[in-house]
Amino acid sequence: MQLIACPWCGPREEIEFSYGGQAHVAYPEHPASLTDEQWAHFVFFRDNPKGPFAERWSHSAGCRRWFTAVRDTRTHRFVSPPEMTS
Amino acid sequence: MADRMADRTLTPTHPLADRRGLLATVADETAGAVRLELEAPVAAVDLRLDPRGTGPAAVAAAIGAALPSAPDTWTAHPTGAALRLGPDEWLLTSTAASAEDWEFHVDEVAAAHGGMAVDVSAQRTSLRVRGAARELLSFGCALDLRPASFPAGRCAQTLLGQSGVLLVAHDVDDLQILVRPSFAAYVADLLVDAAGELVPQPVP
Repeated sequence: MQLIACPWCGPREEIEFSYGGQAHVAYPEHPASLTDEQWAHFVFFRDNPKGPFAERWSHSAGCRRWFTAVRDTRTHRFVSPPEMTS
Repeated sequence: MADRMADRTLTPTHPLADRRGLLATVADETAGAVRLELEAPVAAVDLRLDPRGTGPAAVAAAIGAALPSAPDTWTAHPTGAALRLGPDEWLLTSTAASAEDWEFHVDEVAAAHGGMAVDVSAQRTSLRVRGAARELLSFGCALDLRPASFPAGRCAQTLLGQSGVLLVAHDVDDLQILVRPSFAAYVADLLVDAAGELVPQPVP
């Protein structure tokens, strides 16, 4: 099984983590002014790159903290040390 | 009838009380290699506090020992233990105080420094594994439990089988498992089953 380096607990098995999707998706500044299509883009549309992808992960079976990590979607390798963010 | 209605004091029981006999058989079957024991419930609070502020030092002064500073470590204080669960989270247990007093005592100090403490005494129950504890737990836990990487003073929240547990290393042959009461029976059965692997086999 793949090991994921939790910034707090260190390397742990992948099964202890839960996936939080693409990182750095900003909440719209004026949600009420968006059209349905713009809102749908914010809610549902995510990048699907072949290569490095910044993602949110939660160490749900450990310290329960969220962090952002960059994973290469071709190799599943984490390319940069994850950072702890609230 | 009226007398019986009046006397309705609730007494806490260990969630694994009905498995006490089963756990005791493990020591006999493994010829003393592994001993599983239930631990009495203790008062526990979950402490949330900014680790960079003045809070940790103030709480340390109140409980009589420094809080653990490194990730996944624990320290003993005069009446219990302080376990680091996260960057801003500790679990403080006490065998001396009642749950209400312990929460009030810790929360009073934490609140003055922008933190808080909440009573979680009923959140976890405790099993003690003595003897070949690391070998036994390795049947269901992916952590490297060898004494070199999980020495006394370490603790870790991880998975044992399919249940989340908090492992506490007391000594080379002495580990404590803190587990949610509703998962305790599963963990106990898992350990009893795994202990079957440590039963000494007759030499042919």
